[in-house]
Amino acid sequence: MMAATKDLSRGDLKRYLEERALTLRRHCLEMIGRAKSGHPGGSLSAADIVAVLYFHHMRQDPKNPRDPDRDRFVLSKGHAAPVLYAALAENGYFPLQDLQGLRQLDSRLEGHPDMNKVSGVDITSGSLGQGLSAANGMALAGRIDGRDYRVYVLIGDGESQEGMIWEAAMFGAHHKLDRVTAFVDYNNLQIDGHVSDIVEVQPLKDKWRAFGWHVLEVDGHDVIAIEDALKEADMMHGKPTVILARTVKCKGVSFMENKADWHGKAPNDDELRQALAELSCVPEVGA
Amino acid sequence: MKATREAIPAVLIELAQRGADIVALDADLAKSTGLDKFAALYPDRFFDCGVAEQNMIGTANGLAAAGKTAFVGGFTVFTVGRAWDQLRNVTCYANLNVKICSSHAGISVGEDGATHQTFEDIALLRMLPTMKILVPADYWQAAEMLRAAAALEGPVFIRIGRPKVPFVYDESYRFELGQAEVLRPGEDVTLVACGITVKMALDAAEALAEDGISAEVINAATIKPLDEDTIIASAAKTGHVVTAEEHSVIGGLGGAVAEVLGENLPTPLRRVGLADRYGKSAPYEELFAFFGITADEIAAAAREML
Ligand SMILES: Cc1ncc(C[n+]2csc(CCOP(=O)(O)OP(=O)(O)O)c2C)c(N)n1
Ligand SMILES: [Mg+2]
Repeated sequence: MMAATKDLSRGDLKRYLEERALTLRRHCLEMIGRAKSGHPGGSLSAADIVAVLYFHHMRQDPKNPRDPDRDRFVLSKGHAAPVLYAALAENGYFPLQDLQGLRQLDSRLEGHPDMNKVSGVDITSGSLGQGLSAANGMALAGRIDGRDYRVYVLIGDGESQEGMIWEAAMFGAHHKLDRVTAFVDYNNLQIDGHVSDIVEVQPLKDKWRAFGWHVLEVDGHDVIAIEDALKEADMMHGKPTVILARTVKCKGVSFMENKADWHGKAPNDDELRQALAELSCVPEVGA
Repeated sequence: MKATREAIPAVLIELAQRGADIVALDADLAKSTGLDKFAALYPDRFFDCGVAEQNMIGTANGLAAAGKTAFVGGFTVFTVGRAWDQLRNVTCYANLNVKICSSHAGISVGEDGATHQTFEDIALLRMLPTMKILVPADYWQAAEMLRAAAALEGPVFIRIGRPKVPFVYDESYRFELGQAEVLRPGEDVTLVACGITVKMALDAAEALAEDGISAEVINAATIKPLDEDTIIASAAKTGHVVTAEEHSVIGGLGGAVAEVLGENLPTPLRRVGLADRYGKSAPYEELFAFFGITADEIAAAAREML
């Protein structure tokens, strides 16, 4: 847990984390708008979860990004890289200025996260379906070494159609990896449409339960509910926990919310200006 | 005679005894890879992932990202084939310490047939940046390669086989990465082999000598990074090259040698190997005869050129 937020009242913590999430959303849109490419939908969808993890819950030290005892975060849905980069930069892993380089030739901020290029990225991702296995592997390594770090992993609901997720779910429960906490960013959208129309993943709760996981359900935009669920997951013994987070894709921008089209499309200058205004920010278009 | 796969448990146990920070994973084939013996001694460092090769590589990736050197078993056709994306997009891209010591590569798998044999594994892995590819000719070379893999940074593939194969080396053998070994010097033709075909090439050179043809035999045990200098120098001397492998003639050793010579020293070349086709079921010695991967075929290819 971050020292700075440890003693905040619930009300203050809520206000603080909501502000942080808003900041992440603004960064995401600015980065993607500037690059004229990227994935706003899944980045904004996950902003509150990432904010709770990176500005409050996780044990981390940006000055020592390879600390073997740090908590790990696996962005299994690697296309949400902007929200991770924004959280890392806001934490001081690298200068905020670097965010402007997203997807550019002279930048380390690849379209999908590269652990060897970006300080704070715990594993490379982008090919969907692989993050839960990686998180399990990290937890096993911690168990062998007698370290008590935890591993958090963020999976998409469309991504949950990958068979490998369920291979890893079986494996994690079998090995009682109670230091693994998975989030499913449950926005019911993927590229081609609604998850429920493409290939239904429901009933997710029953599926994870049947696979031997402790299952929690939260509003994925309620920072306090997310934090409470994380606390409960931290206390679980003998079982990994999955938090099914009900989310809205592209949350926070009225004209982008809940539309499959905004999965992987950059806002143009006008759209960006309007979006940033909604996220109560002075627009810096073209700066 | 000893199978290259017998080196897997022997060396991993030796490494663990020496305190190396290794783990091993398998996909319900630990009895074939011998990793069951490692598991018996180091149960906390072995993970049987069940019949789930993608998860095996994915889990190995996480273990490696957290500091472990992860050896992965399974059958090569599935470990490399089914989990290729996991190898491409994470293991190799992130240069992780995942060492593939799966078994049953090549067509020397024999009776299990085409679904369980490999003729494409070298090709699949050769174009992945950061991957190193080692093909042992016998047990002793396999053992040395496993030790080398543990010491190397990043992903390594050791192409290990099922059957017992004759010794080419002895216990004193020391492997050096990227060093092709001239096992027999010659003047008229160069025979470049790897793995099980090294012994065939040596036998072919013997047969050619009886006809007064002097063949140089090279064990190109490191397919990647390939020892281009040794191959070019030999081709410059002999002017004729035959490659031999239990792999497709496309994309494997023959393909690699053709690329090197084509760019540096165009030289008449014959590639002995699987001619763009699947394997089949049969005792493996019969398969080699059926597909024309034998000492006789290697010698015939050499004679044809001279
Ligand atoms: C293995 C793989 N297949 C396809 C893609 C292309 N792709 C990127 S995002 C995406 C949809 C993901 O949907 P979801 O997991 O629901 O993500 P979110 O809604 O949170 O953005 C697809 C198919 C990929 N990155 N990896
Ligand atoms: Mg989705």
